[in-house]
Amino acid sequence: MNGILHNYLPLVVFIGIASVIGLALLIAPFLVAYQQPDPEKLSAYECGFNAFDDARMKFDVRFYLVAILFIIFDLEVAFLFPWAVAFGKLGATGFWSMIVFLGVLTIGFAYEWKKGALEWD
Amino acid sequence: MILPALFFYLFASICVASAVMVIASRNPVHSVLFLILAFVNASGLFVLMGAEFLAMLLIVVYVGAVAVLFLFVIMMLDVDFTQLREGFIQYLPFGLVIGAIFLAELLLVAGGWVMNPNVTKSITAAIPTNVSNTEALGLVLYTKYIHYFQLAGMVLLVAMIGAIVLTLRHKVKVRRQDINVQNARNPELAMEVRKVATGQGLQDADAGSWVK
Repeated sequence: MNGILHNYLPLVVFIGIASVIGLALLIAPFLVAYQQPDPEKLSAYECGFNAFDDARMKFDVRFYLVAILFIIFDLEVAFLFPWAVAFGKLGATGFWSMIVFLGVLTIGFAYEWKKGALEWD
Repeated sequence: MILPALFFYLFASICVASAVMVIASRNPVHSVLFLILAFVNASGLFVLMGAEFLAMLLIVVYVGAVAVLFLFVIMMLDVDFTQLREGFIQYLPFGLVIGAIFLAELLLVAGGWVMNPNVTKSITAAIPTNVSNTEALGLVLYTKYIHYFQLAGMVLLVAMIGAIVLTLRHKVKVRRQDINVQNARNPELAMEVRKVATGQGLQDADAGSWVK
């Protein structure tokens, strides 16, 4: 048990370094950046957009479709990892069960392609 | 021995605190960000338990994809915060019932474990210690639990088709590019050379068929 955790020590070090760098980049501008406030900087752009606006706005449902299709194939790939690691010991059953799984998802992929879900318009 | 305990309490306390903040914070976007924090800490707990593959999967799938999807949904809802508060009393009974059911289930699990700590051993495959976590998972997932594995494939297929059926609305009259049609087009198909008698021009009916 402790052996596994020792392997993760570099990860902890990396997370530490990453957070130090991230925080430094976040905080440094507050301390050293040259600031000259001006009301013009906050006024609307010439094209009519406000400089600061509510981030909550309705956007196209198609982004959602792309994201959910991504998640499904993401999960499919996640199932491939243990299969690949244990491939040598799995035998014919393990091999064909994965082929059937991939086949089922390929049906979905073909449906998706035919319906034009991968096209934007 | 002290270090794993230290990390356990670190991850567990942050996880519980951020889970509380998910339901306590007023801004739904902050809720989702706290949910991501809870996921990351839960994955840390998984690593401490030795379930490395699950931990990495939690990061990849939940943090990378599901949380982003939640953010999408929240942004798509165009949340009106005052309107959000109005339904609180109305939905309170449902929330309480669901919470009570969930609590009862958790108590049953914990109670069973207190009564007989060996109860989990009878329903799960023994954890092999001589292979890595991912390999141990792969050894049973595709052969012993083939039924659940294929069911998972079906669920993914249904999710894919369902998402497409629910959200795919093609705009009519959009001209899509079809490379095959473009490549198959030649001068004979695209244009027609007509002899036009001098001074006569084409009839209107002719012109209609002429412009394809």
